[in-house]
Amino acid sequence: MNWNGAEDAGLPAASLPPPPPLEWKFSQVFGERTAGEEVQEVDIISAIEFDKSGDHLATGDRGGRVVLFERADVRDRGSRRDLERQDYSISRHPEFRYKTEFQSHEPEFDYLKSLEIEEKINKIRWCQTANGALFLLSTNDKTIKLWKVHEKKVKRISKMNMDDSQAIGNGSIASSSANSPRAYLPNGGCSERPYNHLSSDFLFPPGGFPSLHLPVVVMCQETSLVARCRRIYAHAHDYHINSISNNSDGETFISADDLRINLWNLEISNQSFNIVDVKPANMEDLTEVITSAEFHPTHCNMLAYSSSKGSIRLIDLRQSALCDNHFKLFEEHEAPVPKSFFTEIIASISDIKFAKDGRHILSRDYMTLKLWDINMDSGPVATFQIHEYLRPKLCDLYENDSIFDKFECCLSGDGLRVATGSYNNLFRVFGCVPESTEATTLEASKNPMRRHVQNPARPARSLGSLTRVVRRGEATGVDANGNSYDFTTKLLHLAWHPTENSIACAAANSLYMYYA
Amino acid sequence: MAMIDEPLYPIAILIDELKNEDIQLRLNSIRRLSTIARALGEERTRKELIPFLSENNDDDDEVLLAMAEELGVFIPYVGGVEYAHVLLPPLETLCTVEETCVRDKAVESLCRIGVQMKENYLVDWFVPLVKRLAAGEWFTARVSSCGLFHIAYPSAPDQLKAELRSIYSQLCQDDMPMVRRAAASNLGKFAATVEQSYLKAEIMSIFDDLTQDDQDSVRLLAVESCAALGKLLEPLDCVAHILPVIVNFSQDKSWRVRYMVANQLYELCEAVGPEPTRVDLVPAYVRLLRDNEAEVRIAAAGKVTKFCRILGPQLPIQHILPCVKELSSDSSQHVRSALASVIMGMAPVLGKDATIDQLLPIFLSLLKDEFPDVRLNIISKLDQVNQVIGIDLLSQSLLPAIVELAEDRHWRVRLAIIEYIPLLASQLGVGFFDDKLGTLCMQWLEDKVFSIRDAAANNLKRLAEEFGPEWAMQHIIPQVLDKISNPHYLYRMTILQAISLLAPVLGVDITCQKLLPVVIASSKDRVPNIKFNVAKVLQSLVPILDQSVVENTIRPCLIELSEDPDVDVRYFANQALQASDQVMMSS
Repeated sequence: MNWNGAEDAGLPAASLPPPPPLEWKFSQVFGERTAGEEVQEVDIISAIEFDKSGDHLATGDRGGRVVLFERADVRDRGSRRDLERQDYSISRHPEFRYKTEFQSHEPEFDYLKSLEIEEKINKIRWCQTANGALFLLSTNDKTIKLWKVHEKKVKRISKMNMDDSQAIGNGSIASSSANSPRAYLPNGGCSERPYNHLSSDFLFPPGGFPSLHLPVVVMCQETSLVARCRRIYAHAHDYHINSISNNSDGETFISADDLRINLWNLEISNQSFNIVDVKPANMEDLTEVITSAEFHPTHCNMLAYSSSKGSIRLIDLRQSALCDNHFKLFEEHEAPVPKSFFTEIIASISDIKFAKDGRHILSRDYMTLKLWDINMDSGPVATFQIHEYLRPKLCDLYENDSIFDKFECCLSGDGLRVATGSYNNLFRVFGCVPESTEATTLEASKNPMRRHVQNPARPARSLGSLTRVVRRGEATGVDANGNSYDFTTKLLHLAWHPTENSIACAAANSLYMYYA
Repeated sequence: MAMIDEPLYPIAILIDELKNEDIQLRLNSIRRLSTIARALGEERTRKELIPFLSENNDDDDEVLLAMAEELGVFIPYVGGVEYAHVLLPPLETLCTVEETCVRDKAVESLCRIGVQMKENYLVDWFVPLVKRLAAGEWFTARVSSCGLFHIAYPSAPDQLKAELRSIYSQLCQDDMPMVRRAAASNLGKFAATVEQSYLKAEIMSIFDDLTQDDQDSVRLLAVESCAALGKLLEPLDCVAHILPVIVNFSQDKSWRVRYMVANQLYELCEAVGPEPTRVDLVPAYVRLLRDNEAEVRIAAAGKVTKFCRILGPQLPIQHILPCVKELSSDSSQHVRSALASVIMGMAPVLGKDATIDQLLPIFLSLLKDEFPDVRLNIISKLDQVNQVIGIDLLSQSLLPAIVELAEDRHWRVRLAIIEYIPLLASQLGVGFFDDKLGTLCMQWLEDKVFSIRDAAANNLKRLAEEFGPEWAMQHIIPQVLDKISNPHYLYRMTILQAISLLAPVLGVDITCQKLLPVVIASSKDRVPNIKFNVAKVLQSLVPILDQSVVENTIRPCLIELSEDPDVDVRYFANQALQASDQVMMSS
């Protein structure tokens, strides 16, 4: 809300000198592996998302579970409005604690298509909080669900009219009331409750019956967290859902699969509108698929989606009902370098994110992070190389399918920095203000700066510093199988706290949190 | 534990189950809340039941929805309108829940109670409630408050009125788009209660803000209040304030806004008067009819008749008809379909000459449309043109269209046209029907799809009703009875079905002479399905035939069937025998 000062600048805070690089420190880890512990497939984290306030964090895993964390260091909560106005600053870094978890999706089988539907959570998105309850959308490949998580006071009910044996044992009542003539009503089947026998000519005295009283409900102090599935948005996707995104209007969201984007109303689960359809008449003509889609953070009519060919399209829902025509297309006009077999594969964008100001879009392809200004479609305003040392290894990466890994990316709340993951459980943070040389490499471990490399040259980097990273990796002996690259320990999912410099990232089944 | 008198057991259980674990039981108890209230008496309902409900509102949505609904009609149970205000607290909390349908119902119930409350009670209880909700911490409460102002406002004293107006204007600028949307969609209702002087000053400025909202979804709803506000304002003010806005909206960047305008525009014509309509609204409407976005054209095309009706014959011929002509060959089938569903209504507006010159060619081209929905929409409204241009002109082009639809490869299309046949028959008259449509009706009896055969049998019945038994004897019965010799048993079954439908319409004589022998003969069919259908048909014939016929013809046949080797045939034959026994006994 407060952060839109850079609206006019070509880049966030362009006129200011770049802020000093951040010193990242380890904050917390959840689900840390002990040495030699085998990672269970179902425990691997597959989605991470902070809510808008940054007070909650949700992770989803391959087992279809959603785990919620809440901020443990939160100052005394005033009303929500007070919080909004307050320009608070706290010295302590955010700390989270486990809040609750629930099973969001179960494995299913589509009998019509003979397809197994995995329970793996592909994405989580938070919705508007209401009445102190949390709402979030979670999706697997096919089905999106809206969850409500709220505290329920534990209640005890006492002083019933009938004592327990009578109240529960309906049969005894039926038999005792058999003496009354009303029990002989012809329609009084066994399933009928006895009170249905109360005929309309029953006389109520004007003062009522003093012997009747209402049950007494005693509220206990303890509360329990309850997660309830409120809506299920199903049967709208022929292909696998890769993104969901809430609209700023608070009532709609989109879901995107390989070929289509659908628009839903949160309240209506039985219909959605197809707004983008890139499916060609003949599937053999298919050259490009949708890889990620997101709504603009403030303009409810705008959304962006990325493609496997490395382009980002911005569409305006106002233009027409079926938005097959983008109104802006962002593509890098490639330098005349020799194209290889892998050029197209590594151009595929795995994730896009709008900056909070809505002016910039961050995209991740296999080798780079790119920052785009939506007012400049000639090329990205900044490009960051993630793991250039892998370029000679693309062939191996193709062989073992790693080249198709889908890395996510994120921006800091102030838009000054961007981050994304890599292999060996590394992730990288870059300053995206012009002149910034900040380029930090961290490892998702308790000692994140162990591999820390300050890289002054941007974008061209000396190969030395990069190889050094690798060599250090070898030296620390992370790779048990003797390879210098461990493609199985990849850091795909990470999220930046919306208001503070704090990053949550997933290394297999562990959730690591860092702050600066 | 208190001793409960036996007759009170049912109520005691009902009360206890307000807190049962099983949602179905809780729901049941809530639905019978009035019974509980009567059992407790008015005073204890006010002092115990209502507070109890206010405190216990963390239930499932279904229960809350039922509670919101029950409380809306609860005034008699708390002691009449003097005590109506005690119902407000539980409904107030229901106004804050996050499930929209519960909130809407609670608002509806509050309005229902509010209109019955006395003025001073409204000021003391209802207005504070509206203010509390409007200042609610969560957007849900603020959304609900928007729907209550029109009840609270009229009875408030001047100072309070000013406050309510300013609160409403704040709601229109709320941070949450949901609240602004609720404020926008309730603006018309609220404005209707506001004095004329404030209407122009304050309400119009609120309206102006809403029309310029960043959020598309808010502006969309502002369009809706255009028509409502327009009707409240003097024509001159309407022209000054609303007209420019709606003309602007009709050229909005967002197709959804233009879509809303297309739907609403005709309502404004009367509010602004004839001259501004001609100068501003007609050109705006023409633009919408030619909009780039098909959805907008669909909405505009769907309103073409309503619009023309307001304009009278001259303007449409000049301005609208050319667009209609374009739309009839629109690239979107849905636009053509929307046009086809209303265009017939233009005929009475334009008069005979213009209809024949201008409209008829459009009808004809729509009748030949490649998309069956378009053709069906035209045919379903034929009566309106019939009155203007007469059937002769129409029938020449109508018949080919009907024949084509009758043979369409989609069975749903064939089904739709069959359902129009009786209507067409009554409009076109016997003569036309005999020549052209009779054969079609017979053809459908042998369709490949069951639903079509079924509908065809029904159609014959409706035709017999329309034209009478004598006509049916000549034109339907012989052909139908011929088909009983069809080699395929499914078709023979259709004929039996048709016979059972026709018999009651045709009367005893024809049934005995013509239909019954065919049925009896079918009881010797080699297919068991036919035989037990014979039993069913005979059963249906028993009540309409003379007792002697039943004794001499039907029962012997049924008795024979009841000894059939097939178990199903025996079963249905016995059923029919039993039924006939009962009929005999009662007569």
